[in-house]
Amino acid sequence: MKRPLWIILLTLLFTALTGSVALAQEPQPTPSDDAVNAIAKELFCPVCENTPLDVCPTEACKQWRALIRQQLAEGKTKDEIQRYFVVQYGARVLSEPPREGLNWLIYVVPPVLFVIGAGILFSVFRSWKKPLPEIAQPEADTPQPGGDDNYIKSLEAELRKRD
Amino acid sequence: MIADFGFGILVITFIVSIYGIIAAIYGVTSKTQKWIESARLAMLLTFPLLTAASLSLVYLLVNNHYEVRFVYEVTSRSMPLYLKITAWWGGQSGSLLFWSWLMSAFASAVTLRKWDRDREFLPWVIVVSLLTMTFFLSLNLFFENPFAQLWQTVSGIAAYTFKPQDAILFTPKDGQGLNPLLRHPGMIIHPPMLYLGFVAYVIPFAFAIAALITGRTDDRWIRITRRWSLVAWLFLSLGLVLGGRWAYDVLGWGGYWAWDPVEIAAFMPWLTGTAFLHSVMIQEKRGMLKHWNMLLVILTYSLVLFGTFLTRSGVLSSVHSFAQSAIGPAFFVFIGFTILSSTALLIYRWHELQGETQMTSMLSREALFLLNNLLFMGILVVCFWGVIYPLISELFTGQKVTVGPPYYERATGPLFAGLVLLMGIAPLSAWGHSTIKTLGRAAWKPALAAALTLAAVLVWFAVQSPEQFSNPYIPYAVVGTLFVAITTYITVYEVWRAARARAKATQEIFPLALWRLAGRNRRRYGGYVIHLGVVLMAMGIIGIEMFQTETQRSMAVGDEVAIAGYTVRYDSLSQFPYEDGRWVTRAQVSIFRDGQLIGTLAPRYDLYPDGQPMTIPGVRSTMADDLYVLLINWEGVTADIAPFKIYHNPLVNWMWLGSFIFIIGTMVAAWPDKDPEYQSARERRKAVATSAVD
Repeated sequence: MKRPLWIILLTLLFTALTGSVALAQEPQPTPSDDAVNAIAKELFCPVCENTPLDVCPTEACKQWRALIRQQLAEGKTKDEIQRYFVVQYGARVLSEPPREGLNWLIYVVPPVLFVIGAGILFSVFRSWKKPLPEIAQPEADTPQPGGDDNYIKSLEAELRKRD
Repeated sequence: MIADFGFGILVITFIVSIYGIIAAIYGVTSKTQKWIESARLAMLLTFPLLTAASLSLVYLLVNNHYEVRFVYEVTSRSMPLYLKITAWWGGQSGSLLFWSWLMSAFASAVTLRKWDRDREFLPWVIVVSLLTMTFFLSLNLFFENPFAQLWQTVSGIAAYTFKPQDAILFTPKDGQGLNPLLRHPGMIIHPPMLYLGFVAYVIPFAFAIAALITGRTDDRWIRITRRWSLVAWLFLSLGLVLGGRWAYDVLGWGGYWAWDPVEIAAFMPWLTGTAFLHSVMIQEKRGMLKHWNMLLVILTYSLVLFGTFLTRSGVLSSVHSFAQSAIGPAFFVFIGFTILSSTALLIYRWHELQGETQMTSMLSREALFLLNNLLFMGILVVCFWGVIYPLISELFTGQKVTVGPPYYERATGPLFAGLVLLMGIAPLSAWGHSTIKTLGRAAWKPALAAALTLAAVLVWFAVQSPEQFSNPYIPYAVVGTLFVAITTYITVYEVWRAARARAKATQEIFPLALWRLAGRNRRRYGGYVIHLGVVLMAMGIIGIEMFQTETQRSMAVGDEVAIAGYTVRYDSLSQFPYEDGRWVTRAQVSIFRDGQLIGTLAPRYDLYPDGQPMTIPGVRSTMADDLYVLLINWEGVTADIAPFKIYHNPLVNWMWLGSFIFIIGTMVAAWPDKDPEYQSARERRKAVATSAVD
């Protein structure tokens, strides 16, 4: 089949712009192992458990690394390659769950629990200082330096002195 | 024959355990001492029984009894004797037996202690320990029998405990052999240490439960189990460190910790165990936090079970394999039972566990210790959630996801940094009351020294290798180093000040004063040593995690590759068989620095007869850095061209040295006193008097 001239011209222009030398069919200078690993490092082997692709010794992973190399040679970016792997093998190839849908839980739950823990700790601190838990309780919810809290006052006074 | 004997012993031990539980409960309810004594002897008896069962298994392993499935699966004729013995814990059923055996050793040790002062705990300690042991034995008996033999029937060869009808015993000529990755000294000691740590936590848990049941909720149980928890913690720490070292030496990815769920499974009880070690001190000194300590010990023990469950049930590969595995559901039920029953007990005793004293300052030692607990719990939540979430995702959406290092590093990094800083500051604060002023007075000199040190390090970097400043981790490294330096200086300064004061007061020379000072307060000074170990480790971790560089190159003989100021030249390749059947492919590389030859390395990979490879790095190790060279077999090695992967791991040895110091410190703290009871007799009486129990 004969190609239209403009496609050939465009291809030439493109290869010139990207600094490549070979023509469309053949891959350009092979990307280095380090370039491949930089991407493979952040992908997880789709078949082995919890093994990053750059250190996975299986034959399958070797082929996947070759695939990355090929795609790099085709001029694809890191994001494009990652997206390709996700489409092909699912979200488990990413080193973290994509931030969408139910997956938000993984990012939200620990900080929320930590803040709740800190809140409990703070209210415990206060309840220890004040023998009357009924009064101490509502204040505990707003962990701000209360105006009537002598301790906080003295602490702040000391802090001021140190400044 | 021996297999049947071993199995028979297991059955007997199982019955003895159940008898012990019943006798103990009956003894308590009927108030008859002889039944309790009988239960105690039953618990004591489990150790020789399980030793006999274990020896049977070891005998089978050593003598190539391949008709026993477990022996067939984990050993082969070419394995040396020591590996055949240690194959005991190289597979599922054997390691469960190993668990039970260690557990019986600890349980027996507990029964042999003097019980005069706390006789009421004894029956319940027996019940809790034997319940656990019964559970693990039942796994061996009903699901994973290490003594099951291979039988040839009309439908094929399969393993059965008892001879099926018309079956003949099938004896394979050779076994499959142990997974090569497990044939490493690190892997030989790592599981026992981890298991010892796991198992030893049964004892504090058993005493806590005994205290809850009997209603003797003063801090007596804590005083009894203080050393047990330290010992458990020591072994758990050792297990984790050895596991990391093993990974570094044989797994061939240039690291020691990958945030793999199996690693995290062992790390979680360590986190709560560490929090517990700190918070019990508050209860001992101030009579506070009784609920929290109970909760922590219950949590730690539950995490021990949970960790064993995670690694043993196959749930990690898929939630669905959990249902298929024989022991998964059983484990699940047992963990649920443990958590529910102990929490119910805690709630039942809640009001009797009120704190005794009050805290007056948010900078007091107890407040800072609580902050420490908060940070540890934060790390625990991150870990737990990271391990659990993929299962949840798979269960509810069918989507498998990976929760990898970036998640853990981002979430735990600030918490670890906070802990490092707290580690320096908390020991300066006083129990009950501290102010910014008192803390500041004690800390300003070390803090200034730390700032100067950091400045010096930065200047050195600016002169020596300014390119490091383009590293995106630099801000974190700066903060981390500052915290490490502050904590180091404070700790050293504190120890020095105390020893100098003692030297002045007693006219002793300084080293002697230091020695005696530490000897008198082993827990405090052991703690300081542990803290110094941790800061060294922190520095090593900053080095390797933030400044590691790597390169991979396929090289012909004579080719060179440069990394981090080194040049690595590929010299030669040799291939030869090894006496145990391995086929070794070994490369030789020369290392140059500034044009000078500074050494040669021989990275290699071994191919085992069953086709399993093992990649052994060549490592040039100094306190400044490791040059870690791998011959990566997975890319295919030919005579002409060999692929190498080279890592430059700065400061990684600080981490190993730090963990060594850490372990030494723990030993100092856990070392038995002449009589630990004397020191605290008065405090204890006071605590008993003020406790809510009469």
